[in-house]
Amino acid sequence: MPAEAATSTDTTEKFNGARIILKALQEQGVEVVFGYPGGAVLPIYDELFKQNSIRHVLVRHEQGAVHAAEGYARSTGKVGCVLVTSGPGATNVVTGLTDALMDSIPIVCITGQVPTHLIGYDAFQEADTLGITRPCTKHNYLVKDVDKLASVVHEAFYVARTGRPGPVVIDLPKDVAMAMGTYTTSPRGTKRQQHKTYRPKTKPDAAAIEQAVKLMAGAKRPLFYTGGGVINAGPKASALLRELVEVTGFPITSTLMGLGAFPASDDHWLGMVGMHGTYESNLSMHGCDVMINIGARFDDRVTGNLKLFSPNSKKIHVDIDPSSINKNVIVDVPIVGDCALALEEMLALWKSRRLKADQNALKSWWRHIEEWRGRDSLRYAQRGKIIKPQYAIQRLFELTKDRDAYISTEVGQHQMWAAQFYRFEQPNRWLTSGGLGTMGYGLPAAIGAQIAHPKALVVDIAGEASILMNIQELSTAVQHRANVKVFIINNQYMGMVRQWQELLHGGRYSSSYTESLPDFVKLAEAFGCVGLRVSDPAKVDDTIKEMISIKQPVVCDVVVDQKENCFPMIPSGKAHNDMILGPEDKAGKAISGAGLALV
Amino acid sequence: MAKKKPTAKSAAKKPVRKTAEATSSNIYEGMVPLALLRDKVIYRHVVSLLVDNETGILARVVGMIAGRGYNIESLTVAEVDRERQVSRINITASGTHQVIEQLKTQLGRLVPVHVVRDLTDDSPSVERELALVKVAGVGDKRVEALRIGDIFRANVVDSGIQSFVFEVVGNTEKLDAFIDLMKPLGLVEVSRTGVVAVSRGMLGIEG
Repeated sequence: MPAEAATSTDTTEKFNGARIILKALQEQGVEVVFGYPGGAVLPIYDELFKQNSIRHVLVRHEQGAVHAAEGYARSTGKVGCVLVTSGPGATNVVTGLTDALMDSIPIVCITGQVPTHLIGYDAFQEADTLGITRPCTKHNYLVKDVDKLASVVHEAFYVARTGRPGPVVIDLPKDVAMAMGTYTTSPRGTKRQQHKTYRPKTKPDAAAIEQAVKLMAGAKRPLFYTGGGVINAGPKASALLRELVEVTGFPITSTLMGLGAFPASDDHWLGMVGMHGTYESNLSMHGCDVMINIGARFDDRVTGNLKLFSPNSKKIHVDIDPSSINKNVIVDVPIVGDCALALEEMLALWKSRRLKADQNALKSWWRHIEEWRGRDSLRYAQRGKIIKPQYAIQRLFELTKDRDAYISTEVGQHQMWAAQFYRFEQPNRWLTSGGLGTMGYGLPAAIGAQIAHPKALVVDIAGEASILMNIQELSTAVQHRANVKVFIINNQYMGMVRQWQELLHGGRYSSSYTESLPDFVKLAEAFGCVGLRVSDPAKVDDTIKEMISIKQPVVCDVVVDQKENCFPMIPSGKAHNDMILGPEDKAGKAISGAGLALV
Repeated sequence: MAKKKPTAKSAAKKPVRKTAEATSSNIYEGMVPLALLRDKVIYRHVVSLLVDNETGILARVVGMIAGRGYNIESLTVAEVDRERQVSRINITASGTHQVIEQLKTQLGRLVPVHVVRDLTDDSPSVERELALVKVAGVGDKRVEALRIGDIFRANVVDSGIQSFVFEVVGNTEKLDAFIDLMKPLGLVEVSRTGVVAVSRGMLGIEG
């Protein structure tokens, strides 16, 4: 094994497994671990107690630990680290792990396990963690030999952050955590080969880049369609993307996951694409002749009806994961590689050849786009005494935009409004559950981001239904002085469920109205946070300012219009050029039976 | 593209793929040409993998296949290099090029999988399967079973007064044909290994 040649093993000194874990985490640069103790991880917690270099953030539910680690990872670009016990501890992380897998977030999760000799005997708090987490992790390990523990931890970090990032589980039986063994340092040297065979391709094929650039130069109606891959490729990728858009003059749209990679204030920005994307970006997707997909995966929320998706375009697709290419949409120029490297090479080639797309065609393309933009598809009317949810979020944006804030969300209408109305300038500021759509994600993710950036403003834009799914984490926020602001868009409905019931199920609001909601102000106070409430549009600004000024976790209950729907919307089974623009537009755009079956 | 059933010959004529660069991952060989991806004809493929022989590797491969809804016809697995702890898995699956391409890239995503080779598309290959076929009968049927066994070059590995166990080796079609012929002659049971395959020529699966 070549990796072993570069490692050094100090055979003289022995440590217990728990100590080895912590040494390895330290060597991997871990500063914070989000976790919850229990019988099977007591030895590790004991070692945590004896040291000061790694901070442990005690959550109130293991799901919250993973989401917090995701928030930490997304806002820093580092690997998030989780420590939970066996059995229920491990089963409770499954949602978080699946979330991280779907959104390609690097996480290393250490789960305790019953002692080796009890595995398979239905011991107390035993679960087949390896089996349960196999489909929801990028990779997982069961460590039975304490001498291999350190190298497994190093390998886990390498796997989590390399290629398409994702969650990795290390299942550690209690007896291994207590056994004495030797510590192995992380492999170093030029190659840093930390797994004996796993080497994802990062360098794009030069011929494919050449083909892509040629296609771009010949484009008449080009469009950049970017995704979370650009964020995952690091800040450099975002900088390169900005430059490439600048020199080409092409319009750009992005998926939900990719928001922030390109500044929303730039003229080339068309807004988000997809089911609740802007009119101009969806029509551009439909009408473009060359689509340059950088780090997005043609998700069904983006493409709508695949048969009608962007019918006349040549498609370039850059993705680090070969399985993302030609999965949903067959593309003309597949490029397997890291987005930053691909962007760099595209940019270099574009500049060195002094390429230029047909400027007249491009101008005419932009004229079309400006016309679509003129429809102002995100417009809404704030009148009367009831707060429109869009207004609340827009005011939040206006009053926080100079603070370089981190925004997390839960899942539903408020999430889409946040994506539409909170305009991001920088990558890593937007934390949302895109792939899995996990309600309850936002609060723990915000806490994770706040732990990583103690001085920054971190706001969880929430819905009153989602926030109740992980409300217990307010206690975590208070204990760890993570002064997050929870901005609840409260319409008393599971808004997106209600919207679909209105549009698809004849207005039969089956179980989407939440009766007996708690008083969020009192709830906040019970947790030791500050609670605020606003229901008057005229007081929204003052309430937001007050929320920001409080140096404590705040829950701000914004009582909004119960009937507001999220538009524009591409109904299920429809194409990008068949959008519902607003409530007055939905007549005559009935959703077909086939569309009804889609989610 | 003409919708005719592919033969071994037409499969061999398919465009040769780019080989992986030295720097690139050894699990991915570049994309199938566009025309083939759009082809809706269903082909039978044999895909061979080299995997690290670690705990749960088979569950990982099988779980991915089940979880993503691929239909496979056979799967064989055995350690092939004890020193490096490497196992080889052969999977037979039918699908369009796009589906098979997805299957291969999804297999390639699994961390302990380090080589994915399409033995149908990438190069000509040899496939074999072994079956143990138990036939019971007396008189003419018994004689006829033995005679057909001879034609198929099957070995008799167990013999009683009223029964035989044949060991028959060949490609899937040959085994199917043999088993079909045994049905009226007193077929009792069949145990098959599933397909194992290697490419023709001097190069191994690792290139």
